[in-house]
Amino acid sequence: MAVIVFAESWEGKFKKITHEAVSYAKDVANAEGTDVIAVTVGSIDDDASSLGKFGATEVINVTGDAFGAFNASVWAAALNEVAEAKGAKHFVISGTNNGKMIAPMLSVKANAAYISNAIEVPSNFSPFTVRRSAFSNKGLVDYQTTAEKVIVGIVPNAIGVKEHGGDASASSHASSVAADSKSEVLDVDRVKGKIPLPEADLVVSAGRGMKAPENWNMIEELADVLGAGTACSKPVSDIGWRPHSEHVGQTGIQINPSLYIAIGISGAIQHLAGVSGSKTIVVINNDPEAPFFKAADYGIVGDAFEVVPQLTEALKSFKANQ
Amino acid sequence: MKILVCISHVPDTTSKINFTNDNTEFDTNGVQFIINPYDEFGLTKAIQLKEAQGGTVTVLNVGDNTTEPTLRKALAIGADDAIRVDAKPSDAYFVAEQIATVVKENEYDLIICGQESIDYNGGQVGGMVAAMLDLPYASPCVGMDIDGSTATVLREIDGGKEKSKMQLPIVIGGKKGLVEEKDLRIPNMRGIMTARTKPLAAREATGAEARTSAVKFEKPAPKADVKLVDNVDDLVNLLHNEAKAI
Repeated sequence: MAVIVFAESWEGKFKKITHEAVSYAKDVANAEGTDVIAVTVGSIDDDASSLGKFGATEVINVTGDAFGAFNASVWAAALNEVAEAKGAKHFVISGTNNGKMIAPMLSVKANAAYISNAIEVPSNFSPFTVRRSAFSNKGLVDYQTTAEKVIVGIVPNAIGVKEHGGDASASSHASSVAADSKSEVLDVDRVKGKIPLPEADLVVSAGRGMKAPENWNMIEELADVLGAGTACSKPVSDIGWRPHSEHVGQTGIQINPSLYIAIGISGAIQHLAGVSGSKTIVVINNDPEAPFFKAADYGIVGDAFEVVPQLTEALKSFKANQ
Repeated sequence: MKILVCISHVPDTTSKINFTNDNTEFDTNGVQFIINPYDEFGLTKAIQLKEAQGGTVTVLNVGDNTTEPTLRKALAIGADDAIRVDAKPSDAYFVAEQIATVVKENEYDLIICGQESIDYNGGQVGGMVAAMLDLPYASPCVGMDIDGSTATVLREIDGGKEKSKMQLPIVIGGKKGLVEEKDLRIPNMRGIMTARTKPLAAREATGAEARTSAVKFEKPAPKADVKLVDNVDDLVNLLHNEAKAI
């Protein structure tokens, strides 16, 4: 049986969302009376057994010549190889950019049903039923499958990390999966020293209300105090005040942090489509009629140029007293 | 170059989402349907490639005849012909099987899907088609150049971008960046007139079976009214003690 979870890593380190995926897999495994096997692909510097804390019983590192640069098809084949060797029927894959490429390919290779965007632990196992979000967070849908094998894709940050406690054995698996001769990674350009937005648990985001790009210092300072990622609205990236990689919304990046602070963003429906999965939303805007207030949990009607530095100071003293 | 653009027929972004039939179906009553926004970027990219390098652009939808206006719109934007697989798009696997069947018959060089459709947000079809046909796949694809039988594609990764070289044919899941929003094509009068006579073929579905089904829909609990505070200390306090977000 066993539940296979893809333990995604970056530059040899497990990603934070990997811990969430492993603990989700543990919940699935517990309900079915089985164990979690975490599968890592390629070289790992982190202590593989550290995943035991989140519920993995076994951590298998797949090695071979094919596992240099990322290739979704090759990664999917590796996961399928381990699953077949272990007789696993269930897979958990976090919906990162790589995870979202691997899962549908694995679904074909493993002949498994694939339910993506899950936001809860399965509510039933016969038939397998899990709740997922749809319609850009405007709807929740219970999906069901009677397939023997099932892949659950989870929304990063939507479920949370749970420490199950325990130890994991670490081993490696020499894979016979061949490299992909039709595709080759030429270059990877990743922002250094910043939290990638899809992984950020806290996000500070700003829009046209900031009036000019040089005013982003105060946004960066607020983000620094919180240890948050920075994001922006579409108009701001369109006029080049901020890089496109920071644009959150329907056409940009979709995020589900536990805290989203929107400063000087009116809250167009396309913007909300990318951020409404956030657990707590704070809106700071000088226009009390800004539609974003309707989607917010907390709001301050006020001038960002006054409120943001005050908030940064208040958070500094809060942190100092922690 | 033969390009296939897969088009989802989806509710407009601003639609009110409601459910019907004891919450077992999406209520299409009063809903305006559009070309999936991610597919629009792919369609414009396909037309640009055709204009620069020659070839044909075919659009494909899996759906009943109510999706034909959406396909006609794609023809008016500049696609050469359209195929509708006459079936309810019951799940991603079923849809991917239909697309893969059409691709096998017609041998496209480039298969463009959106990174996801904005209705069910599944993000599954492109990857499944690629795996079914053993083709390279890139998603979310935010840039593409074609030189002979080689594609250079740019895709988003968490916190950055990855550039790859791929041998055609390939499958991509596109989004903004493939072309810029200001370059998106919209139908002009001539396009709308010629679209009426462009071929739109309906064909029967293959016998693939869906692997998943939506059994119950629910609207998220309405958000409580916003709590307005007038100073930052109250906000920090609420974020810590009530929301437990910091």
